[in-house]
Amino acid sequence: MTDDTDPHPEPAPGRAAVAWDYAPAPESRQIVEIRPVYGLFINGEFVEPESGRFFPTINPATEDELTSVAWANERDVDKAVVAARDAQERVWGKMRGRERAKYIYRIARLLQERSREFAVLESLDNGKPIREARDVDVPLAAAHFFYHAGWADKLEYAGFGASPRPVGVAGQIIPWNFPLLMAAWKLAPALAAGNTCVLKPAETTPLSALLLAEVLQQAELPPGVVNIVTGAGDTGAAVVAHPGLDKIAFTGSTEVGKHIRRTLAGSGKRLTLELGGKAANVVFEDAPIDQAVEGIVNGIFFNQGQVCCAGSRLLVQEPALDSLLERLRRRLGTLRLGDPLDKNTDIGAINSPAQLSKIQELSAAGEAEGAERWSPPCVLPDRGYWFPPTIFTGVSQSHRIAREEIFGPVLSVLTFRTPEEAVQKANNTPYGLSAGVWTEKGSRILWMAQRLEAGVVWANTFNRFDPASPFGGFQESGFGREGGRHGLEAYLSA
Amino acid sequence: MSEDIRRSTTSVATRPGEQAPAEGEAGAVSARAVDAPAVMAVAGRPWPSELATTDLALRQLLHGLPGVDQVGAEARAASLATRSIKKDSKLWALDTAIRMIDLTTLEGADTPGKVRALCAKGRRPDPTDPDVPSVAAICIYPDLLEVAKDALAGSKVALASVATSFPSGRASLAVKLADVRDAIDAGADEVDMVIDRGAFLSGRYGKVFDEIRAVREVCGDSVHLKVILETGELATLDNVARASWLAMLAGADFTKTSTGKISPASTPPVALVMLGAARDFFEATGRRVGVKVAGGIRNAKEAIRYLVLVRETAGEPWLTPSLFRIGASSLLNDILMQRTKQLTGLYSGPDYFTID
Repeated sequence: MTDDTDPHPEPAPGRAAVAWDYAPAPESRQIVEIRPVYGLFINGEFVEPESGRFFPTINPATEDELTSVAWANERDVDKAVVAARDAQERVWGKMRGRERAKYIYRIARLLQERSREFAVLESLDNGKPIREARDVDVPLAAAHFFYHAGWADKLEYAGFGASPRPVGVAGQIIPWNFPLLMAAWKLAPALAAGNTCVLKPAETTPLSALLLAEVLQQAELPPGVVNIVTGAGDTGAAVVAHPGLDKIAFTGSTEVGKHIRRTLAGSGKRLTLELGGKAANVVFEDAPIDQAVEGIVNGIFFNQGQVCCAGSRLLVQEPALDSLLERLRRRLGTLRLGDPLDKNTDIGAINSPAQLSKIQELSAAGEAEGAERWSPPCVLPDRGYWFPPTIFTGVSQSHRIAREEIFGPVLSVLTFRTPEEAVQKANNTPYGLSAGVWTEKGSRILWMAQRLEAGVVWANTFNRFDPASPFGGFQESGFGREGGRHGLEAYLSA
Repeated sequence: MSEDIRRSTTSVATRPGEQAPAEGEAGAVSARAVDAPAVMAVAGRPWPSELATTDLALRQLLHGLPGVDQVGAEARAASLATRSIKKDSKLWALDTAIRMIDLTTLEGADTPGKVRALCAKGRRPDPTDPDVPSVAAICIYPDLLEVAKDALAGSKVALASVATSFPSGRASLAVKLADVRDAIDAGADEVDMVIDRGAFLSGRYGKVFDEIRAVREVCGDSVHLKVILETGELATLDNVARASWLAMLAGADFTKTSTGKISPASTPPVALVMLGAARDFFEATGRRVGVKVAGGIRNAKEAIRYLVLVRETAGEPWLTPSLFRIGASSLLNDILMQRTKQLTGLYSGPDYFTID
């Protein structure tokens, strides 16, 4: 045999043969059909809005218009509430739990069957990476319907009285960061408990709720049980102000939440609010450091940091700071920012120009106040709304970027010396939605969890959600819980 | 093969009451010894040099390493497994994976004929396409090395042999060292040794360390040493990280997951931890130690996932056969099939690739 010729000579040690970059791996946009125009989903049908008005929804990654969506006014909202009331009194409220469960299970299965469509649509309308829409948003949304379907015939065992009754008709206003998942969080427990709903999706992300409306039709959910009114802030205000509703559930900004609470005072309507956050992610020196780095990245860069429970304040025990920052910077260098439909994209687009300018403004304030700003080298696309993953070091408690919710991929790094100081700093915020603790010492996890004033405390993980686990806030992060047995309380009268 | 990546530093102290390695026999053993204080700085502990390799000192070092959270490591590995490798990047990965394969047969039933067939396959994996690179090495038991040496003559394929009473390692040190010498005398370029898992699990880190050092000495500088941790028996990822550091400190050129005789063999979370340890060791000492995954890697998709783990954990410098290897047998044909598909757009059947 002749000498083997090696067409691939060994590269110099310590150097890769070539920089191995991943070729584009885009998910197909053709998976999902987007209609040229969408009406309102009232009484089981898509109808023209009384308002006669429509507004465009755009792809934040490209600024292209995706489609036109109806803009509901007060009369449209009234039609939706009337339909919901009728359905609640004549059909859904009287239906046996196990019959309601069949519909909810059917919705869950259809969500799974059509998961690819939902993932693509969510990524297009919101700007989030397809990887997250596919692996988190859609499966969790289906899981919420499955979980609550199981409750529908067991409500008397939920601990809210021997024969709890539905509250009636719920007005539900959801945000743009997890459009489908938030719809599922709101609709699933309401439906399981025998309520009917008027759902108002966010102005910038109405499409996945409208695709969900198609699924509800496919599941043959009785007309009027779920009604979807798209529109802007005035549509939401019309929902809140409508006298025919028994309950309002709102997820969104603290500012709007406060306004809603003032509006509802004395109205007799029930209210739950899930608002902003400024979560502390507390890393002790004995933390599993590589997993802590992953948790920090997942905590603040998941969904471009547009997460109410994002771990936006990193509190590091001083001896671990240098090593942690070095690892964190190296890890950020591997994040891939770009086309959200590319399956290898880690960081997608910011949802709207308004949100982008808020992130830019607060980041500028961070620099002006003396914190040190760092981002990995990364090229931002020419079109669309983009912000690079950013770390601020040398942040003090008094800086705006340590106090205010940025709702973007911006991490503020602070330090502490003792567990007491960690608790003090973590709790020193008007918010109280979530917190993270990283340590290999189990007893310290429990010690911290008892003292942290936050609705969720994650230990050695972050941004983990499960339908069986209640989620909600303290103080300005709102009140009421969603998910689990606790979440049913909002939709039941004892 | 990789002398230039080894950094010559101070020699590791021997245990009190033990003889220093005989200089003549050991050769330039100290080439792989590391700067202990620098390593200890990683764990944030002082290095008591007079106790350098006692159980206590090693325990301090290894148990001072950052912990590994199993749930988090598994989640990270699972997340990296969703990377979608297409087109040119896939082709590059397939060719690179071939160049990283240690084509292996480790059966009681191995014969000279079987080994010759394997060598022919390793030299020229696809007779119909001369562009397919050779594998990195052929990995066999020591008694068949001479057959393989002839069969590989004139090629760049390295000759690797398992030794030290593979796979259990349950023999005296003298027997293990004889096994290694035998392999080297028969022409092995690379030796895959097993650690004493029993000693490791009972906390006798000094024994594990000394055995690796002793084998390292026999190997000298010319023979490449891979240290098999048998992670399936170490059970926890904390143990995997500790065993990786122990092997690297003792002078391994590679850490290797498994013998292939124990289930589970290589898993992505285990590889993640070993690659992270290799990266941290490089940061502490300036010496790059390779990682070999072995056992149960049967298809191209899994192999590419390991390359993604390498790229995103240890980093691109490790994406070379001198720092990453895949121990496998049936994997090669699946890669060849995928490669043909990638080049022609058509799947061919398994009958178009040789079974060796």
